[in-house]
Amino acid sequence: MQEPGPDARHDAPGSTNGAGGTRPTSVVKLHGAVIRFAGDSGDGMQLTGDRFTSESAAVGNDLATLPDFPAEIRAPAGTLAGVSSFQVHFSDEDIHTPGDAPDVLVAMNPAALAKHLGALKPGGTLIVNTDAFSRRNLSKAGYEANPLEGDDLEDFAVHEVPITDLTLRALADDVEEGLLNKKEAERCKNMFALGLVSWMFSRPIEPTVEWLGVKFATKPAVADANVRVLHAGHAYGETTEAFVYTYEVPAAPLPAGRYRNITGNQALAYGLVAASVQSGLDIFYGSYPITPASDILHELSRLKHFGVRTFQAEDEIAAIGAAIGASFGGHLAVTGTSGPGVALKSEALGLALAVELPLVLINVQRGGPSTGLPTKTEQSDLLQAMFGRNGEAPLPVVAVQSPSDAFYAAFEAARIALTHRTPVVLLSDGFLATSSEPWLLPDVDDLPPIDPDLTTEANTPDGFAPLLRDPSTLARPWALPGTPGLAHRIGGLEKDATTGNISYDPDNHQAMTDLRHDKVEAIAATLPPLEVDDPDEDATVLVVGWGSTYGPIRGGVNQARERGVRAARVHLRHLSPLPHDLGDVLGRYEHVLVPENNMGQLRMLLRARYLVDAVGHNRVTGQPLRAAEVADRIVALAGGDREDTQSTPTDQPREVPA
Amino acid sequence: MSTDTTVDQATHDELPQFSKKDFTSDQEVRWCPGCGDYAILATVQKLLADLGRDPSETVFVSGIGCSSRFPYYMDTYGIHSIHGRAPAIATGVASARPELDVWVITGDGDALSIGGNHLIHALRRNVDITILLFNNEIYGLTKGQYSPTSPLGAVHKSTPMGSIDRPLNPVSLALGAEATFVARTIDTDRNHLTEILTAANAHRGAALVEIYQNCVVFNDDFAHAVTDRETKVINQIPLRIGEPIVFGPEGEKAVVADDDGSMMIVPTAEAGDRIVVHDPTRTEPTTAFALSRLSHNPTGPTPLGIFRAVEQPVYDDLLNDQVEAAVAERGRGRLEDLLTSGNVWHVT
Repeated sequence: MQEPGPDARHDAPGSTNGAGGTRPTSVVKLHGAVIRFAGDSGDGMQLTGDRFTSESAAVGNDLATLPDFPAEIRAPAGTLAGVSSFQVHFSDEDIHTPGDAPDVLVAMNPAALAKHLGALKPGGTLIVNTDAFSRRNLSKAGYEANPLEGDDLEDFAVHEVPITDLTLRALADDVEEGLLNKKEAERCKNMFALGLVSWMFSRPIEPTVEWLGVKFATKPAVADANVRVLHAGHAYGETTEAFVYTYEVPAAPLPAGRYRNITGNQALAYGLVAASVQSGLDIFYGSYPITPASDILHELSRLKHFGVRTFQAEDEIAAIGAAIGASFGGHLAVTGTSGPGVALKSEALGLALAVELPLVLINVQRGGPSTGLPTKTEQSDLLQAMFGRNGEAPLPVVAVQSPSDAFYAAFEAARIALTHRTPVVLLSDGFLATSSEPWLLPDVDDLPPIDPDLTTEANTPDGFAPLLRDPSTLARPWALPGTPGLAHRIGGLEKDATTGNISYDPDNHQAMTDLRHDKVEAIAATLPPLEVDDPDEDATVLVVGWGSTYGPIRGGVNQARERGVRAARVHLRHLSPLPHDLGDVLGRYEHVLVPENNMGQLRMLLRARYLVDAVGHNRVTGQPLRAAEVADRIVALAGGDREDTQSTPTDQPREVPA
Repeated sequence: MSTDTTVDQATHDELPQFSKKDFTSDQEVRWCPGCGDYAILATVQKLLADLGRDPSETVFVSGIGCSSRFPYYMDTYGIHSIHGRAPAIATGVASARPELDVWVITGDGDALSIGGNHLIHALRRNVDITILLFNNEIYGLTKGQYSPTSPLGAVHKSTPMGSIDRPLNPVSLALGAEATFVARTIDTDRNHLTEILTAANAHRGAALVEIYQNCVVFNDDFAHAVTDRETKVINQIPLRIGEPIVFGPEGEKAVVADDDGSMMIVPTAEAGDRIVVHDPTRTEPTTAFALSRLSHNPTGPTPLGIFRAVEQPVYDDLLNDQVEAAVAERGRGRLEDLLTSGNVWHVT
């Protein structure tokens, strides 16, 4: 089994039989495949992957994507540091991850090959742009000899294609007529790769043709050139006899409804807008540019017709400061950043907590500490979200679990902030931010209203008492400037629990500290019961996760079950307060496994809070966890199966003793 | 700058609805006896009443420091926030609610050290806020360290051998950030204070007023050159709109421009027609900046009054205009349209 089976697990029955060479190509039906496009930062790999994703969405596949790019805008051309890649997993089944390893690797230069070949499945398909394999590029990638000439690639089905040359030939007339210069012509080569791979996987290229027309509406010559090269790539696959097989991945049986593809950052912005519409409060978004959160600012800045005001502040502190001011003024106030920005905002976050104003703080987490890995994903800011402030400063923490789920997580964070009068930390991460998946669009009429319950009249016979609380939520009244008779002062100094005036009274400080704790805990009463995935209720291993490990954990649990292990899973939307029923759920299982893209932060919380002997599966390589490594860990915990569960060396998670 | 603005006009036409008492909260004022803050507080409370302002439409935002307790003593809406961040927080209040009268109360440490960045950005954006910078050249709340406006050589708790930090000139800094209204006044001169604060508050856009404010405990009489009965007539350089800048008991000194564009003080008798006529409405802040360089600390001749007052587009207006324009052009956004704005496909 070599060429025909991009995904061995999904190989269609009988697909390879009788396909041997009498016809130029045979169509093989697959359940799914994983393709990785890799090239130089300037090669347009993100765009190529995006377009292939859209084409796959058009045929109704379920999808998950994994963009991976360097922090440098243009790292030196041809170097390993400059390699940018985009992985897309498409399937006729419900899938949860962008795939552990690619079936097809498109390498536009030697550096891309050197960096990604190790990930390609044995027997996988490799398409290389031979024109980029110059001595200079080979040396930049660290190759002493051309790998295309030795036997290093014999495990793979290699297609050597002179992509640059074929692109330039397709555009020779344009260059001659002066419509494009050679550099511009060469820049179209990603469309050749897209055309070729689209042909291989029977994807329609019409959506891309249309898209190019819109994108380059003001540069018709460029649009035309890209379209021609796209067709040339498609035709190359069709007419050369190099490709024996093409593949079809039929539509996935997704639930009925309307779908669109969406990234986490986009869904998060839409979720905030939904909360704005449902609460009747305009959004104020204060932010300072930071990777990978900036796209939320970009998205919201385009939505002014929803009453959205975006404020690009002079720094992270001003971004949250202005949001606090806007919240005082009655807006749905949001500030978005990544971990380093949260560090700067921490004092102001404490102020928002102390003055009990609604605020959503988004942390699109990335690798740390310090500047860390700006474009890589990590979940290592959980404890920062929980405890990263001076004083006893509890806050609600809500986590996004998949790109489209960011819509609901943002809505939930806004609901808690507005109805409980508190800042809420919303945790997303670099993977969720840029990854995309099909989203079953909600019926907007089904979204619940959010009642900001603004106070417009004095709440006691003696006037307005700014700290007279709702007995069930402990939320304080929210009276906006401009409301006659309700003038009041708030501040960061400790307040008398009754009057709200400055108080240094010892017992009052204890009472206020208890109250701030109880106020966060009161949110747990508004949460639905946990959904535990344990179909036969006989599992011995419970996998607990939060955030973007949702996909790998779901995939890993499914794989473990296929290997005969009884595994259950539960995923936490709320990290603070923890759901009331979590302790009971944890107590029902012999083993508790907590896979995280950090060194064991949720595990520490669970062990401390519930005295449960939870073990971790922890890896921080800037990449999402893989389903297979989670499955291996579950199987090992359950006593193992006798199958070979060895992973490749890079798959070996570092174990942290509990 | 003339103060016969629409606000003043309104006070002539109708009786004020609220008295000074309506702007005074029930909290006991806890500044040191003799602190300059008392005079500023009383002036502001009376001023707002005289201007016919509504306490419910007024917001005071402060940072940290002695002066920043100010909002607690005003019976208006208020936020006593964190150190240095008041201009940022006030930017949010004004952006969300441009119709409100938003004031920032800050000090030399709060505004110029820890909060310097927010100050210059609020000024250059021209957010519609009135910033009162209480300058006493000392950290009072932390009991007497030198501040970013303390003069070179100042001996305080953390500078036993004298400060080696060159001080900031708040007026120069604000003009460097192209603030559209910049003025300087003194806590003890009730009339001047009232006049300047009235003009600052009437200004649309960011207004910065530096107020020399005496700290009786840690830096008493630091501004005596411009406050003491004997010396003030010698050292106060009054900036009067449309008038030549002369000062001294008999007007015997004058401000003229030097060849390099800087300002210098010469005997009026020798100045001839070179005396600078004060015009704070010049679009370019260059002349105002040159005037601000006549003094660095109030130890000698010091200009007092309005350095700059120009009209420029106001940030909160522009922000809200964009929202209105977007709504006018595209209609108020509908969630359904937003969710289906991409490539949507149907699964049956």
